[in-house]
Amino acid sequence: MNIITLDWIDITIASGLVIALAVLSFYQRLALEKQILIAGVRTIIQLLLVGMVLKALFSDVRLSWVVLMATVMLLVAGYEVMARQKRRLRGLWGYGIGTVSMFITSFTVTLFALLVIIGNEPWYQPQYAIPLLGMMLGNTMNGIAISLDRLMSGAWQQRTMIEGRLMLGQSWQEAIGDVRRDALRAGMIPTINGMATVGIVSLPGMMTGQILSGTVPVEAVKYQILIMFMISAGAGFGAVIALQLGAKRLFDERQRLRLERLQSAD
Amino acid sequence: MFLCCVNELLLSCGLFTNESSVLSLLSLQNLSTALLRDINLTIGAGECLCLSGASGCGKSTLLRAIADLDPHQGEIFLDEVEHNSVTPQQWRQWVGLLTAESVWWFDTLRPHFPVVEAKWFAALGLGVEVLEWPVSRLSSGERQRLALLRLLCHKPRALLLDEPTANLDSENSERIEALILRYSQEYGAPLLWISHSPEQISRIADRHCRVVDGGLQELRP
Repeated sequence: MNIITLDWIDITIASGLVIALAVLSFYQRLALEKQILIAGVRTIIQLLLVGMVLKALFSDVRLSWVVLMATVMLLVAGYEVMARQKRRLRGLWGYGIGTVSMFITSFTVTLFALLVIIGNEPWYQPQYAIPLLGMMLGNTMNGIAISLDRLMSGAWQQRTMIEGRLMLGQSWQEAIGDVRRDALRAGMIPTINGMATVGIVSLPGMMTGQILSGTVPVEAVKYQILIMFMISAGAGFGAVIALQLGAKRLFDERQRLRLERLQSAD
Repeated sequence: MFLCCVNELLLSCGLFTNESSVLSLLSLQNLSTALLRDINLTIGAGECLCLSGASGCGKSTLLRAIADLDPHQGEIFLDEVEHNSVTPQQWRQWVGLLTAESVWWFDTLRPHFPVVEAKWFAALGLGVEVLEWPVSRLSSGERQRLALLRLLCHKPRALLLDEPTANLDSENSERIEALILRYSQEYGAPLLWISHSPEQISRIADRHCRVVDGGLQELRP
């Protein structure tokens, strides 16, 4: 069974939906029409570009190209994590903590899946490596961004409580423990909910894509289960690492709460 | 000699138990904070030094610096021990800071208390049954008194008090003064006490300093 290819007329018709949304925004004075149209145009351009990049990657399978692509994806995801925090750490920390935690978990879990579970030849086969890493980064990014945002704003709001606990002789880990647990919970809940509702409420894009392209549903389902587990582990462990690094940075060597290390919210 | 007599008196009253009556000496050497410069000060065991001055002059930040909550220059000793030579947790347990605003993080009071000294509760007109209450049920005056009890139950060796009786009626203020002074005598704890009330200062102070132009000015009592 071959996939029915979409031609450009089909895409144009689909874009009518987004244009209709922009028109609605105009008449409802939501002032979102510009953002909607720009985002729509970005969708077209970015996906076309990545399509071409993937085509080139698939035709010339080389580890260095895969690594380069993965690096670019990571750096952009790192920026996104930083941009989503209302109060972030000043300086390189604001960018570095999210990026390092994403690097550690996304790359480890993806490598694990490629080498141990999928095990194809060569292991960096871009047709597997890039989409897997992309899905990992996308979800890990969400988990880490939510967690860090909660941690930083929580520390800001509850600074009297944190310092009150320090004053009674608690360590920084104890003093910020509640804030950190709340942040971790907030970061992990989306992926847990995702695992719980998948297949009933939502049919994941990857599985849908495989089925559309003619894969037997059971095979697509197995891949989807693999992906769900990778995503959950990546987002959860990533959030744990990011929170550890972020929380530590909020205190100095004498375990004083140093909120001036946070940028003011804009 | 006087201290010993007071101790015996208190022990015979049964208000305090006789554990760890270590006499401590709090001393600041060239301590500088954001607002104060080169503070040199020594407070003896069981001595009460009152601190007054216009609001915003740096009294509270001085206490925060001594408790090592704010970055600062200079050295702080409790007896011969410099604060950087012990862990910050240990230091903050030794040097107990009581702030105007008390914070509670468990739903009920009891988990906040490492030990419960029922006599101290009674001395502030509170029964130990309040420990089972939810924190949300407490009035602000009760919170203030309980924050002091919580701090004392951690057995600090020195006390830094930031207006502990602000907004309390005179009866409760005097109960708090009495309890703190007794604790200070029993444990030999130096007191650094911020107060705005001249009457209170004349009641409790062994010494009195004013914060003027980023420095301390000792007044004759």
